[in-house]
Amino acid sequence: MNRSAMQWLFEPPSIRDMAPGTKVIVYAILTFWTAFVLFPIYWVLITSFKSAIDVNSGPVYLPFVDFQPSLHAWKELFVFDFWDTLSAYVNSLIIALSATAASVIIGSMASYALARFEYQPRFGVVFMFVLVMVGAFVAVGRYGVDWRLSCAAGVAVFYFLARALGRHFKARLGNGDILFWMISQRILAPIVVVVPIYMMFQQVSLLDTHIAIILTYTVINLPIVIWLMYDFFTSIPIDLEECAQLDGATRFGVFWDIVLPLSRSGLAATTLLVMILSWNEYLLALFLSTSRAQTMPILVAAMNAGERGILWWSMSVVIIVMIIPVVILAIILQRYISKGLLLGAVKG
Amino acid sequence: MRPGTPRAAPSIGARERLSDWIDRHSAQVFIWPAVIMILVFSIFPLVASLIMALSRIRFRGGTYNVRFVWFQNFEKQLFGSEQFHFLGTFNGLGLLGWAVGLAVTLLIAWLAISYLRGPVTAVGLVGRLFTWGLSLGLGWLFAATLFSGHPFGTLGTTLFYVFVGCGLQFVIGLALAFLCSLPIRGRTFFRVVFFIPLMITPIGVGYAFRMMADTTKGPFSPVWQWAGLGDFAWAADAWAARFFIVIGDSWQWIPFIFVVMLAALESVPRDYVEAAQVDGATSWEIFKDITWPQVVPVAATVLLIRVIEAFKIVDLPNIMTAGGPGIATESMTLHALFAWRSLDLGQSAAVAYLLLFVTVVTCVSFFNLVVLRRVRA
Repeated sequence: MNRSAMQWLFEPPSIRDMAPGTKVIVYAILTFWTAFVLFPIYWVLITSFKSAIDVNSGPVYLPFVDFQPSLHAWKELFVFDFWDTLSAYVNSLIIALSATAASVIIGSMASYALARFEYQPRFGVVFMFVLVMVGAFVAVGRYGVDWRLSCAAGVAVFYFLARALGRHFKARLGNGDILFWMISQRILAPIVVVVPIYMMFQQVSLLDTHIAIILTYTVINLPIVIWLMYDFFTSIPIDLEECAQLDGATRFGVFWDIVLPLSRSGLAATTLLVMILSWNEYLLALFLSTSRAQTMPILVAAMNAGERGILWWSMSVVIIVMIIPVVILAIILQRYISKGLLLGAVKG
Repeated sequence: MRPGTPRAAPSIGARERLSDWIDRHSAQVFIWPAVIMILVFSIFPLVASLIMALSRIRFRGGTYNVRFVWFQNFEKQLFGSEQFHFLGTFNGLGLLGWAVGLAVTLLIAWLAISYLRGPVTAVGLVGRLFTWGLSLGLGWLFAATLFSGHPFGTLGTTLFYVFVGCGLQFVIGLALAFLCSLPIRGRTFFRVVFFIPLMITPIGVGYAFRMMADTTKGPFSPVWQWAGLGDFAWAADAWAARFFIVIGDSWQWIPFIFVVMLAALESVPRDYVEAAQVDGATSWEIFKDITWPQVVPVAATVLLIRVIEAFKIVDLPNIMTAGGPGIATESMTLHALFAWRSLDLGQSAAVAYLLLFVTVVTCVSFFNLVVLRRVRA
């Protein structure tokens, strides 16, 4: 190929345009990736319309051409097992929506506080608190003290110690340390804490209830919210808030009327991410729910039904049905999200 | 005011005082809910888990007894009968193993010396000692297992998922985001389609990829038959199974990196790019010198989030291969889960704690040495 042809293919004709050769390559890559993304989903979708024979006798690709689609799996889930499916679905919705709302509200309040106020907890007091609480847990674990008594005593002892000795500690922690501590909670793998959390909810007899799973999901998603929202809040000019405060707005009014609307795009993206994470969570739900509070991911896993093998068709139905709420939320939040997650971090 | 219930209907004055009180203490009101929740869900579970990791718990006929055994559980994982499972099999070092081990040692020694020449602080030194120690240990671990031809354990497998998986996801996600930020038609279409896998439940992804990879009944079975690999099973070969899990994981998580990096790339001012184009810079130069420095902070953060999540991988190996063949695809979380299922709570908590240690040291090192130092400075 001579040079002018190469030039025509790969040199852009103008600034906002691309050369034909580059264009072909870009579209080829993007099309390939589209196929790679969509094919597994297509396969799950058609599997949900296949009969057991179609699945087990080898691959068939096109409904009406290769095989006769049947609604048997859909019927089984939505007619025969209607109440089980509905209850798991409603459980999942309640849990995911409440946990998302709670963690976004509490998390953005905390990250706003860290972005705007200055905290200086004394290092010694924090250390003392941890020591006292560890003492209380050991008393419960090794000597069989009642946990309510032990926790109350721990808090009381800490209160008096802090009043008596607090002033003598000089070293202080800053906002950065608090932020780091909160974010670092995300590093905790669920498997480290899941058995103690199970025991904790067993003690207050909240196992297999919505509230236990909601609380747990809220806490595991708090660090993500705090982390993502912190950058947004620091990138909002402080002048606006000061003006509002001079006009007599309360802190909460400033937060609600000025700060939150200004960080809409970050909130939307964070909400969607947290929603996805809590909607799809499996490991914690496996421990914390047995029957009444069962969520959808557990239902997916339940389709691997022991001696009958895996019910691929029913499982595909559940997977397809599970995508719907997330897609709806994504469509609602879509116009904010294009502004982007983590955008605060660029400006900051 | 109703008699008998003076507090049920507070007067306007009292309500004002409450809101005033909240306003005056807003610094406390804003942060305490989060602090209390995190405290309750982190201190107690961490302490309880540590106590479990230091005990032997036996279940006998409905009750259980707990015996405090100090570090026996950890000893068993690191040096005892579970060593092959957690660390891998050691049978002397091969030539390549010695080479890799010495290279890692030299590299860390060089890093240490160059740090010690500069200003040294106590916290910085202690933190770096952890980082160096862990890297040295992991370097020799891989030297003695992977590079000497012996199988490695769940620690090695987890690190494989984290580093190979996240590296792959980051590169592909960034490349796709870059392509979608070019002036092409159908950007919205690609953006929406590329985001879909993130919304599917990880368990669903696991089963979907199990169907994909089936060489007899899966969609690609004609291809396998044609290639003469009809009897080949992904799940029976250690490396094939590992890569197969990384592919499933990447399919799900590339969208996350893609979405974040696309937003970052689009926030780079167009003027800069166009000015460079007018000056005759090539696309690669523009990317390297203008776009990349602008998106580095986001790139570092998104990579860190991804690494943190990747350490917890459990659904995919559990469903796609159940940790097999043997223990080849078992991640540390799965290892702890299996130990828990066989009612060995002490070992389970010990493995979970070791995972916590490795994750904390890796992520904090990455945060301090890359995110804070290189990016925000």
